[in-house]
Amino acid sequence: MAQIVLDRLTAQFQAGEILATGSQHGNEWARIRRDAWVAVATFLRDDPTTKMEMFIDLTAVDRFSTEPRFDVVVHLYSVSLKHRVRLYAGVPENDPTVDTLVPVWAGADWFEREAYDLYGVRFKGHPDLRRILMYPEFVGHPLRKDYPKEKRQPLVRRAQQTETGD
Amino acid sequence: MGFIDSVTTKLVDATNWARKYSLFQYPFVTACCGMEFMSVAAPKYDIARFGAEFPRFSPRQADLLIIVGTITERQGPALRRIYDQMCEPKWVVAFGVCASTGGFYQNYSTMPGADQVIPVDVYIPGCPPRPEQVLDGLMMLMDRIQRGEGHNQVVIANEKAARQAAKRGLSFDVPAAAIRPRTEASKG
Repeated sequence: MAQIVLDRLTAQFQAGEILATGSQHGNEWARIRRDAWVAVATFLRDDPTTKMEMFIDLTAVDRFSTEPRFDVVVHLYSVSLKHRVRLYAGVPENDPTVDTLVPVWAGADWFEREAYDLYGVRFKGHPDLRRILMYPEFVGHPLRKDYPKEKRQPLVRRAQQTETGD
Repeated sequence: MGFIDSVTTKLVDATNWARKYSLFQYPFVTACCGMEFMSVAAPKYDIARFGAEFPRFSPRQADLLIIVGTITERQGPALRRIYDQMCEPKWVVAFGVCASTGGFYQNYSTMPGADQVIPVDVYIPGCPPRPEQVLDGLMMLMDRIQRGEGHNQVVIANEKAARQAAKRGLSFDVPAAAIRPRTEASKG
């Protein structure tokens, strides 16, 4: 369905920016080199044959014990041409950064904050990269595979000595 | 002395009888249990039959805090503050397994039971509980109120006894720790 998007991408970026493409269950995907992340996104938004006006989702995947460890995933949709595509960018553990997509789609703002909060991926150039779901006192990134399953970081607990009634 | 004590006892009984039939609830609704809570409040099950039909959406006007749904660690300070703002005597009901123990959420974000931050009088199990279970829990709470066994009633009674003993210069077996420091929230 959106093979035209992948064809357009591979024709436009021939310096190795597109690492791989594929199609599964009718959904097309492309794996992008990290330094071309914003250039590819801007192209997909502006090119008249792709016209990805709509930012659907951005998240991260922890492929623990493989390298690069993290994938940043973005889902795009074209309202006018009615096709969609999924982009990946591999992010290594020792330098978990990728350029922000906020200048391309303003809606990426809170999604990148969420990915930062839960996976610890830093988005370079993000206007306000704070935690969005967890509280500021929280230490670590809870959806990483090596975050301890039983670990709790409580904000308040009862003062046991004054509660005599139960 | 004995006569005064018996009059006071009867007065407490009468007060507790009035309290248990006029609970003003503050529903702290966070999750899907809220649907069953609405069912309890609606005419079919009709919590009004027990005099507890009037939700006050300010904790300062409520004396029964019903925690309906999952409590996250991030909500802990807010829940604690709401409890502190309620006038005494006050009671707390944990509605559903999430509010009671965290339920099936065993993860970084969910508090393992609201009693981690505030004392709870009655736990109602169920995911979510049937309205009949809620009414059963409410009746359990009413029995506790009548007997003066709500956690906050006991705290108040201990404080009163300790204060009176201190005034008479008597040593009394209520520990001094039972007297809480007066905070803004607890000032009558």
